[in-house]
Order: sequence, then C-alpha cells, then structure tokens
Amino acid sequence: MSASLRPDLALISDWIAPGSRILDLGCGDGALLAHLTSTRQVRGYGLEIDDDNVANCIAAGINVIQADVDDGLAEFADGSFDYVVMTQALQALVRPDLVLAEMLRVGREVIVTFPNFGHWRVRLALLGGHMPHTPALPAEWYDTENIHLCTLADFEALCASAHWQVLERALLDRRHRAGFNIRTAPNLFCEIALYKLQRPG
Amino acid sequence: MVPEVLSQPAEAGGSVGIVTPRTVVIDTPLLLACGRSLPGFELVIETYGRLNAARSNAVLICHALSGDHHAAGFHSADDRKPGWWDSAIGPGKPIDTNKFFVVCLNNLGGCRGSTGPTTINPETGALWGPDFPIVTVRDWVASQALLADQLGIDAWAAVIGGSLGGMQVMQWTIDCPTRIRHALVIAAAPRISAQNIAFNEIARQAILSDPEFHGGRYIEAGAKPERGLKLARMLGHITYLSDTAMRARFGRILRDGDGQYNFNYDVEFEVESYLRHQGNSFVDRFDGNTYLLMTKALDYFDPAREYGDDLAAAFRQAQAKFLVVSFSVDWRFSPARSREIVNALIAAGRDVSYARIDSQLGHDDFLMPIPQYHAVLRNYLDRVALEVGS
Repeated sequence: MSASLRPDLALISDWIAPGSRILDLGCGDGALLAHLTSTRQVRGYGLEIDDDNVANCIAAGINVIQADVDDGLAEFADGSFDYVVMTQALQALVRPDLVLAEMLRVGREVIVTFPNFGHWRVRLALLGGHMPHTPALPAEWYDTENIHLCTLADFEALCASAHWQVLERALLDRRHRAGFNIRTAPNLFCEIALYKLQRPG
Repeated sequence: MVPEVLSQPAEAGGSVGIVTPRTVVIDTPLLLACGRSLPGFELVIETYGRLNAARSNAVLICHALSGDHHAAGFHSADDRKPGWWDSAIGPGKPIDTNKFFVVCLNNLGGCRGSTGPTTINPETGALWGPDFPIVTVRDWVASQALLADQLGIDAWAAVIGGSLGGMQVMQWTIDCPTRIRHALVIAAAPRISAQNIAFNEIARQAILSDPEFHGGRYIEAGAKPERGLKLARMLGHITYLSDTAMRARFGRILRDGDGQYNFNYDVEFEVESYLRHQGNSFVDRFDGNTYLLMTKALDYFDPAREYGDDLAAAFRQAQAKFLVVSFSVDWRFSPARSREIVNALIAAGRDVSYARIDSQLGHDDFLMPIPQYHAVLRNYLDRVALEVGS
C-alpha cells in the first residue's frame, strides 16, 4: 500500500512527528495511516463512513471508526490528538468551517488538503460559461460530492478571520510537484493545497 | 432465538456438522463477587475445529442472556435447528473452524448442564435452586479462565460475544489482560441504562410473582413459573426488535382472514401470536432461577465502577486489540452505547476498530448473517488467524 502512496500523502507524513497520536478524518482505505504507522510509528485512528472502506481498513489492520465527519467530533475530547488530518474531503462537507474548528479543538495541530478552485483551468472553464472539469475535479456539477469548493485566497481568508495560524503550506500541481509557476502565482497554478494549522495561544 | 419468519438466507460456508457437548470438571475453588465461594464447579462446553500445536488459535465464544454452549452445528442428524450462532461459526464462515479452535460454554448459573440452579448442591444434596449465588460477569470471566487452564490455553487468540456476551469480552480484557489477544465486542454497552434495568426488573417480577414460583423451589414442588417466564420472554422480544422490523413483519395483520375483530382476549393480531409463540417455546428450554440470575448479572455489569466511573481507566488495564460492532436499529444496546466503549478505548490508547452495521431487525441483528457484518468479522479474524499462525 505504501509503495504507491500518493505524493501528497508522503508530504503529509513529513509534517508528522514520530510516535504521535493521529486522527484521520475520511481515511478511505487507510493508506495514509498504514504509511504513518510503519514509517512514523504513530498511533492512528481513521474516521470513515463508507462500508467498503471500513471493511478494507479492518482487513489492513488499520484502526477505523465508522462515523460521519459531518456529525462532528463531539465524541472526542479537547486536545486528545497530536494531529487531526483530513485529505481531499473538506470541500465535500456540509460546514467545512465548523469541522475545521472542531479539528482544531480535538487536535494540537490540523493538516488539511483540498483542490484549489482558483486554478487557471477552473477559471478558464468558467470564462467559457461552464462548470470546470479538471483532473482534480472530474465530476459533473450535478453529481459531484464537492459542495464547498474554495480557492487558496478563500481558505486563507477563513483562517485569518477565525484567527487560525498557518504553520506550513505546500502547493502542488496535479503531478504533485511544486514548480516555478506555483511559486510565482500560487492561486493560479496550484491544483492541490496542503495546510498545517493550529489555534493561537 | 430468532424466529424462522425473520431469518435471512444463510451465506456460504459449511457446517461443523454433528457436535457433542462435554462436561469439564473444575476442582479449583472460585470466590465470587457476592462473597460466597464455590468449592468447584462443572461447565458444559462444545468445541469446533482443532487446537494447533502452539495452542495459539483458540477462540472463546461468550453467550448472551439466554444462550448456551451449543453455538454451532447439530446434536443429531434429525436435529431441526443448528446452534444459536451457526451463521457465523463453521468451516469457511467468519469464525472459521478451519483456522480456529472455537470453544463455547454454558455459563456458570446456566440451565443447560453447567453448575447452576438446576444442578445439585454437593453440600446439601439438594437442587441449588434459588440458593445458587448470584454470579457476575467478572465471576464468569474467572470461571472461563479456569476453563482455559483446564484446556491448556494460556491466551485466547480472540474472545467474542454479543450483548451480555460482549460484556464478558470487555471484562476479559480488564481482568486477564495477558490472556486475550483480540476482543470482539458486539452489540454491547459499557453498562446498562436505567431503562434496561427497568426491563429486567419487570421480567424478574413476572417470574417472582408467579404463584408457581414457590420461592424458587418450584422443581421440588412439581411446578414451574411458566407464566412468569413466558411474560419475561415476551417482554424481552419486544426489546430485541426495532419498531420498523415489527411494523414490517406484523403490522396490524389479524390472524383470522375475515378482517373482523373478535371482541375477546384470544390471539388476534399477528404480533400477539409471535410473542406467545416465543414465550411458550422459551418456557420449554429455560429455567426461572437462571433467568433471574442472568438479568442480575446484566444489571451489575459496570467495569468502570472500580475505576472511579472512568471507563478509559478500566481499559488502561487491557492489552488486547478491539473490534466493536453495533447495529443501526438496535435500541436495546444502541450504537451510541458502543461508541462509549470506543471512545473510552481511544482515550485509553488501545487499538480499536468500530463498525456500525446498517441493519433491519434490532438487537437480534447480532445473530444474523448480514453481509457487511460478516465481512467485518471475517476481515478482522483473518488477520487474527495470520497473527497467531493458524
């Protein structure tokens, strides 16, 4: 599983201190947790709603808790994890802002990734009068799970207004590389954004 | 336990075939939570599959309120019904007898052959009856540990149980942490609610107030508190099914096809017929004193109590890895109660996975071959089998 680990997941693992406690929201088949368990010796738990994913996590020996992230994290105590992670699920939540606040309550630090809706392909599609189809956003407007897409600028505006501190940021293209274009005009060229946040104080 | 009318087709996987129970005599005295002690006792068990050379592949099945040692297979070729968890135990089934040596017992205080109210008290030569001590989940675990000693099993690969059985599994992890590798806690609760105690109290009152109860000495009196036991079971069955399941199965359907009310108290609605059938068939196979004692064990179960009501503190004793399973429409032991167990395990830093199974029936779902449920059990236990080298 770790052999084919997505590069964004590999990047996340670089942000995680060995031996920490991790909660992965929407953990899918548990690839990230499996990787972190073997390379970072973390004690990790995944939250996952889908039956098949839950069964697959169990088959892989990953600690998985079947629950809906949109139901909130009320079951988890304040600061009970070193990191709360959510990859590529923020934009599918009913209230991403509330979930982020909950993540910051439960975790000492939060790591979140999402597709950047400010990418030039998206802008070009909208300029042409259509909802975008991009490698990062392949679904149709009517059957997409993504209901709260945002741009880098939008996300950072939310962090600023909520007084969340951005500890680290990694901006990647669809080949999961951070090239010259992204450094020059991030909101135009970044396709996948990774942020590490914490609450002030 | 589950009526044929509500059962689903069994999934693939073979039967363990014809099985024969046996009695294990334990000579070690057992001090019980109530302060009394038993000088020794007998447990009736069934086993399926083979113990490997390393003795590492043993799995203990803990039964629920009205269960017994006969979990799988048939007692004879013309046996009509298999054991109570035959859907899950057998060659190629989730609890795979090709991989595991599966042990199931009738708990202490039971009425299917193990030492209990219907057996003879060696000190008096008379039936134990109501004098049999009220045993607790912790006592059961202690007795099961002595059984493991007798069978030469240092540590169980897994201990598995649903409902009251799941409570025994939790107690195992706390009381004998080095003797259980994996704990499968199904449709259970960390302790039962006031509502649940209330149901148990009504069940007990039904039995205790039956004129045929004779202070618990009904066998000597040539009697049986049938009405009380029947009422207790009818009440229980209401709580084992969801409102939706009852509505779907029985609705307001009348037994007589003419659709007319009879204006009497005979069986009229289908649901009445179902409950009476369940009650009557239970009376034939169960003992009143045992029912009283089992409900009390349920009421008393509360492992957090000795740890300042902190369940996580209790689970810090544990070393096992956990699988917790709940069923969406179970209201007797609801998913929220299973989440309490899961939350405490996470707080205690234990390894745990939790599956909430979409289900139809209610509490009885833990006995049903629901595909997702069995997939979860199978996936988990396949890893256990690899780990213990079976």
